[in-house]
Amino acid sequence: MKKWLQKGRLVSLFAMLALLLMGCGDPTLSALIPQGEVADKQFQLMLISISIMILVLVVVFVLYAFVLLKFRKKKGDTSTPKQVEGNHMLELLWTVIPILLLIILAVPTVMRTFEFSADAKPASKNELSIKVTGHQYWWEFEYPKEELITSQELVLPADTKVHVELSSADVIHSFWIPSLAGKTDTNPGDKNKNYMWFDTGSKTDVVYKGKCAELCGASHALMDFKVRVVSKEDYKNWVASYKAADGKSSANANGQQVFEKNCLSCHAVGQEGGNTGPSLTGFGDKDRVAGILEHNKENLKAWIKDPQEVKPGNNMPKVNLSDEEIDAVSDYLLGLKLK
Amino acid sequence: MATHESHKKRSGLMDWLTTVDHKKIGILYLLAGGFFFLIGGLEAILMRIQLMEPDSKIFTGELYNQLLTMHGTTMIFLAAMPIIFGFMNAILPLQIGARDVAFPFVNAVGFWLFFFGGLLLNLSWFLGGAPEAGWTAYAPLSTVAEDTGVDFYVLGLQIAGAGTLAGGINFLVTVINMRAPGMTFMRMPLFTWASFVTSGLILFAFPALTVGIFLLMFERVFEANFFNADMGGNVLIWEHIFWIFGHPEVYILILPAFGIISEIVSTFSSKRLFGYSAMVFATVLIGFLGFMVWVHHMFTVGLGPVANSIFAVATMAIAIPTGVKIFNWIFTMWGGQIRFTTAMLFAVGFIPTFVMGGVTGVMLSVPAADYQYHDSYFVVAHFHYVIVGGLILGLFAGLYYWYPRMFNRVLNETLGKWNFWLFFIGFHLTFFPQHWLGLMGMPRRVYTYMSGQDLDGANFVSTIGAILMGAGTIVLLINIVISASSKYATTKDPWDGRTLEWAMPVPTPEYNFAQTPLVRGLDALYVEKTAGNGEMTPAEPVGEIHMPNGSILPFIMSLGLFISGFGFIYANWIVAGAGLGVVLITMFLRSVIDDHGYHIHKEEVEADIKGGRA
Repeated sequence: MKKWLQKGRLVSLFAMLALLLMGCGDPTLSALIPQGEVADKQFQLMLISISIMILVLVVVFVLYAFVLLKFRKKKGDTSTPKQVEGNHMLELLWTVIPILLLIILAVPTVMRTFEFSADAKPASKNELSIKVTGHQYWWEFEYPKEELITSQELVLPADTKVHVELSSADVIHSFWIPSLAGKTDTNPGDKNKNYMWFDTGSKTDVVYKGKCAELCGASHALMDFKVRVVSKEDYKNWVASYKAADGKSSANANGQQVFEKNCLSCHAVGQEGGNTGPSLTGFGDKDRVAGILEHNKENLKAWIKDPQEVKPGNNMPKVNLSDEEIDAVSDYLLGLKLK
Repeated sequence: MATHESHKKRSGLMDWLTTVDHKKIGILYLLAGGFFFLIGGLEAILMRIQLMEPDSKIFTGELYNQLLTMHGTTMIFLAAMPIIFGFMNAILPLQIGARDVAFPFVNAVGFWLFFFGGLLLNLSWFLGGAPEAGWTAYAPLSTVAEDTGVDFYVLGLQIAGAGTLAGGINFLVTVINMRAPGMTFMRMPLFTWASFVTSGLILFAFPALTVGIFLLMFERVFEANFFNADMGGNVLIWEHIFWIFGHPEVYILILPAFGIISEIVSTFSSKRLFGYSAMVFATVLIGFLGFMVWVHHMFTVGLGPVANSIFAVATMAIAIPTGVKIFNWIFTMWGGQIRFTTAMLFAVGFIPTFVMGGVTGVMLSVPAADYQYHDSYFVVAHFHYVIVGGLILGLFAGLYYWYPRMFNRVLNETLGKWNFWLFFIGFHLTFFPQHWLGLMGMPRRVYTYMSGQDLDGANFVSTIGAILMGAGTIVLLINIVISASSKYATTKDPWDGRTLEWAMPVPTPEYNFAQTPLVRGLDALYVEKTAGNGEMTPAEPVGEIHMPNGSILPFIMSLGLFISGFGFIYANWIVAGAGLGVVLITMFLRSVIDDHGYHIHKEEVEADIKGGRA
């Protein structure tokens, strides 16, 4: 039995080490590679708690291994072990030590909890604030001061504190950019707005991955979004060109006709069009089709042709378009570039 | 009371349908719970197969959400709870020296309600699709779903939940009123204590679920607007009600496992439990705190820093009594003579695994960091460490330990060890990498992930682990089949037990104790063994034993609710009314039929004792 146990322990030890060495994931996605102030402080909290917990684990495991090896029944031993009732000193010890450890953990916990909530609502009008609305299964981002609405892709200046107001158009979603900040839910109903803030970090021209973390229906797994952090100057230019953009910036006139006839009732381009679907302004510059597919014409055509196949349960209807029309409208959309 | 001649001996299927014997009901719970455990496990393996590789398209979209909803719901309500109830039924009355539970008829009603509720829920697979809003069924996702899946969830859980509530009340009364002479509260075995506290939690937690499910049912069936924000409702009402039930629920699950582990560690170390009174106090304290911390499931909901901080600190506090338990178990083994039977192996595997689940629990109680953990695979890893690594390992341990008492056979030890190692290694392989997956940005309840996000390797390993766990479970099934052969017949006390359930002959007579035992200390049987008696000293002379009659009414009553469930799901008021009518008629019959039970005559009992049967 002893051999078995040792083997088991060795195997699991190596398994753990191997996993530790596997690295900490994708730097644009992992909470273990924080890129902004909030994610960084959250990572520090993780480190504090993990350290305390590993300390506890080591104590328990060492004691445990010792007991298991030392006190196994020996062959032929028929004596009766001493029946011990307990030991007040020991029991007091393992009540008091955990209390102390938890106090050490509780202090930064409460501090950070208040800190993250204190600055959630914007203090001055000069800071960047955005309104996030979750839809099944896409994200709408409104920049109230800049007066523009975009979707699926959040463009932000580097080294900036961003205040976020969250709400939902349908069911509960949860807004999460692991490498910049932890998540906050989007609740339906005007009274249920949530506020959070995060810092965009110092890296520029980087695209962080965002996720929906709360089960929201059939395509919950596909409700991804992107956060593109650019330099402050690029950001200014982006805002200007985004506001100047309209549906005529694409060269494909044929596709434009098809789009205006079939798609404009839901999707806005520039200042025109409906808002039940994501805004398609500057679609040609986006990182992904439908938030998940690689940004190319083939994928865009497949998406328009049968939206349910790509994102099951989403609200985009299957529009009756011929193959030529799909081809044209795809060209048109991919031609919608800013500047 | 005169002897009543109404006692009919039934046999075969009819015996099982009408039984009110707690030992048989225990077996029914175990079989039904085991069956649902296999279904829930199958659902888990199907999900892991889908996640084995990035971008795979086997079970996607709605179907995957149905799998995850049914996996969670089935495992919690239809597998874990009933198996716990199986052990409570089979063992708890024996441990306190009782002849039966307080309300044998209610006990049977409880089982059949659970069974029909579970059946109803699982029939959804064949009747238009299973529920797909997660086991938490958050509104409005659960209220806007247009198919009938969530209706099956609502009605199935309502019926099964009523059964659980009935069972919980029954055990509370049994422990309070039916302990043998000398069995004071502070002499009760830890499993009985844990079951007692669990039953108390059920009494307070399940009504919250009942209310919540009624609101959800009214929202769906009768178009109420409790959770509809457009009509002045609020979606957070459901989250609060659900977790006010749901958080104590996890303690309802884990406390009996603590009890089982306490029994096994003590028996196979041949030592009394270290710090018995501290263990009892810790159990009660954990039960109490279990009600105070539900908001830690809702840190990201936006309740504000005051609420989050209060519930964070309250949650951390639970680590203290839990830690006390861990160290007491270790010091129970200290200086003992540890025998590594399969049951002990599972208990030994339980302790470090549960500690790992416990420390991640403390990590999760830090709200500001929980914004990262919440709804990610880190949480999936955490609660599987607690529920599988804690509860399920505990249940396996209990099964190997009490199998001889329940089925008069032992399980094969070699196969048992295969069962343990396959399951244990598979478990860690499945869930350990998931901590990392969560921190590396994988949300839970997703059916796919893109390649190139560094999530592939850990997901692959995780699926391999799940398959190993499945293999371990298959070994258990083989073991159970093999044990049916006479070679595995057992004696009455195969483990050198310390508590009362090992004091009766095999098979356990229907009246349990021919003479109610006199309890003279903690670990009652051990006390008698060291006094040189070898068996319990009786507290009463041999006499007539009063037993309850079997009845088919619990079965029909539950069937009536099952039928009315269909009526509500399909908004067919005639069927709903007819089903409820059946329930009312059986309730009426139960009230007016005089059923005083029957007596086992003194001569029969004496003959049993002579023949070595009691």
